[in-house]
Amino acid sequence: MHNFLFGIFPYIALGVGIMGTIARYERDPFTWKTSSSQLLRRRQLVIGSILFHVGVLVIFVGHLVGLLTPIWIFDAIGISHGAKQLLAVIAGGIAGVLALIGGAMLMHRRLTDPRIRQTSSVWDIAILAMLLAQLLLGLGTIFASIQHLDGEEMVKFMSWAQGIFTFEAGAAAYIEGVAPVFKLHLFLGLLIILVFPFTRLVHVVSGFATPFRYLLARPGYQIVRSRRRAPLKRRNVEPAE
Amino acid sequence: MRVRAQIGMVLNLDKCIGCHTCSVTCKNVWTSRDGVEYAWFNNVETKPGTGYPTDWENQDRWNGGWVRTKSGKLQPRQGSKWRILANIFANPDLPEIDDYYEPFDFDYDHLKSAPEMEHFPTARPRSKITGERMEKIEKGPNWEEILGGEFSKRSEDYNFEGIQKAIYGEYENTFMMYLPRLCEHCLNPACAASCPSGAIYKREEDGIVLIDQEKCRGWRMCVSGCPYKKVYYNWSTGKSEKCTLCYPRIESGNPTVCSETCVGRIRYLGVMLYDADKIEEAANAAEKTDLYDAQLGVFLDPNDPVVIETARADGIPEDWIKAAQESPIWKMAMEWKIAFPLHPEYRTLPMVWYIPPLSPIQNAAEAGSIGSDGAMPDVRSLRIPVRYLANMLTAGDEAPVVNALERMLAMRAYMRAKTIDGVHDEAVAARVGLSGRVIEEMYRIMALADYEDRFVIPTTHREQVEEAYDLKGGCGFTDGNGCSTGISKGSLFGGAKKPLKMPVEG
Repeated sequence: MHNFLFGIFPYIALGVGIMGTIARYERDPFTWKTSSSQLLRRRQLVIGSILFHVGVLVIFVGHLVGLLTPIWIFDAIGISHGAKQLLAVIAGGIAGVLALIGGAMLMHRRLTDPRIRQTSSVWDIAILAMLLAQLLLGLGTIFASIQHLDGEEMVKFMSWAQGIFTFEAGAAAYIEGVAPVFKLHLFLGLLIILVFPFTRLVHVVSGFATPFRYLLARPGYQIVRSRRRAPLKRRNVEPAE
Repeated sequence: MRVRAQIGMVLNLDKCIGCHTCSVTCKNVWTSRDGVEYAWFNNVETKPGTGYPTDWENQDRWNGGWVRTKSGKLQPRQGSKWRILANIFANPDLPEIDDYYEPFDFDYDHLKSAPEMEHFPTARPRSKITGERMEKIEKGPNWEEILGGEFSKRSEDYNFEGIQKAIYGEYENTFMMYLPRLCEHCLNPACAASCPSGAIYKREEDGIVLIDQEKCRGWRMCVSGCPYKKVYYNWSTGKSEKCTLCYPRIESGNPTVCSETCVGRIRYLGVMLYDADKIEEAANAAEKTDLYDAQLGVFLDPNDPVVIETARADGIPEDWIKAAQESPIWKMAMEWKIAFPLHPEYRTLPMVWYIPPLSPIQNAAEAGSIGSDGAMPDVRSLRIPVRYLANMLTAGDEAPVVNALERMLAMRAYMRAKTIDGVHDEAVAARVGLSGRVIEEMYRIMALADYEDRFVIPTTHREQVEEAYDLKGGCGFTDGNGCSTGISKGSLFGGAKKPLKMPVEG
């Protein structure tokens, strides 16, 4: 069971997550959106949304860098395992609390405001609940973490995550003996990846793409679309003004 | 010089009777769907008033349109690209639906299904968002109809800037006019510039500004970016929508629904040729009062041989050039200078223009002694203050508005003399810089306003851009994916809509 959950299920989750996302982008782009409800009620959204998004983004980047950077890089630049863990606990803890406060505000608004409640889909509520639970579990792991400050527990998760991405056969074995709260956190994380393409979470992809599209790929401000199949021939002679 | 064609519109406010036929027909065609009940691609406001959404003209509040920075750069007023991206989690300038109004419907069914009661059954309102009972309707799309509401509220109208407005609250001095509004299909659209996804674009062939529904991600920066508040967020689909200038009709040479159904015949549609290379310079004019003239400078004379030659080289079809030569928009905006852009100070170079309305002489009791400048009354004694119109149409510059009103008065005087006295009063025409022949053409187009004179719309040349054979048997427009039977069932990916079930009164 352990091997299935942390050796095989990650591939199922990533497979469905990635393929589902591609399929949705390709087949049903009209449904790809943020599903913002700011128009219907501004109250609680502005602060809640900013706290939630900033917190979650910090956590996301932290997990990405923290889990997927090979440990020898940290060794090479002289960051001890214990120090890395402490950084993760403090930065992650602060960001987690911010995200939790923001998320709780968003959930409160979603459940109690009649306008938002009525226009919410099942998935809108379910995915927010999953993210909140994941934040709570993530913050819960801090208590397990600070039992051992040498950072070696954390290295296990790094080995596991990197093992998964490098198709290492026995990756699940790395995290055989970790505290249950970690396992729950990992499992829920994988579940969120699995359901990602079926929820509003897909807007995250657009969110990351937006700075590139808007700032880099678009020279000015305006967009003019032409339906010509061939570009206009350059005029030979510029007529006198 | 880079020649492009644009379908422009002129609305003759002198003839608007405020009947709302344009709004209603537009709504029936475009926005009678979930999520856009509150949206009016076309609406008619009574002015002075704060309009719809409330106070939309106040850009200190909404930050719509463009701003010229201290260093002389042109950028969206809500912020440069970085600033817009920084606000992506929550848009500080986005109106709430209550700034428009909470959409509602009435319990009509109750009128026929109610049991026998002591009192006559009534149809009470329910919210179209929540289905809940609304005890009091606080606002609607035309809340200030015919000067509804107290003057203190209505006088917050931005166009009163620089006017001693208190006297217009008095019954004897009150004035009003109608302002039908739709998307301006700007040459320099702030909505398109604000869209981080690049979903909003201007069509090269006719200048219509559209939102790609498949690329829109619902960041809603366009809603706050548009100073006219003519982009609406559909809270059901999570996408922004706007007036399409009825492009399927325009493409086939038909006027928009609002224009077609206008009973006052106040709307005109026609082609304008413009120089795409001059847009940025024009939108970035140093003084806001220069913007009207700057925009005139962007338009190209369709009878100029150089322009015609360049237009051909730039791929403008022959019948579009011909249409530009016959364009009523060109005549009214450029030749007669009686039509003006709405709020040029927003720097979007709007393409729906307005002929200012004449109004009754200020004080009928003084009719004997009014400032009658020869045969014509002084336009400054008209009931609607010239400054008010200038704030609306020329960023406060009164001279062009005075000139237009005088030309319209001259047209009346000339035609009155012609039909009643049988005199061709060239002197009246000359006083406003026109000739009798021009005034008679103005009369034909503005007063008689035949269908063919109002709408000079060349068809789109789809044969140049599409293989018609491949389109045979294709799908029409759907809100979903590919071919539709008309029923959108949704998919695994969350397309399914939960329709609002309005509770039924027992």
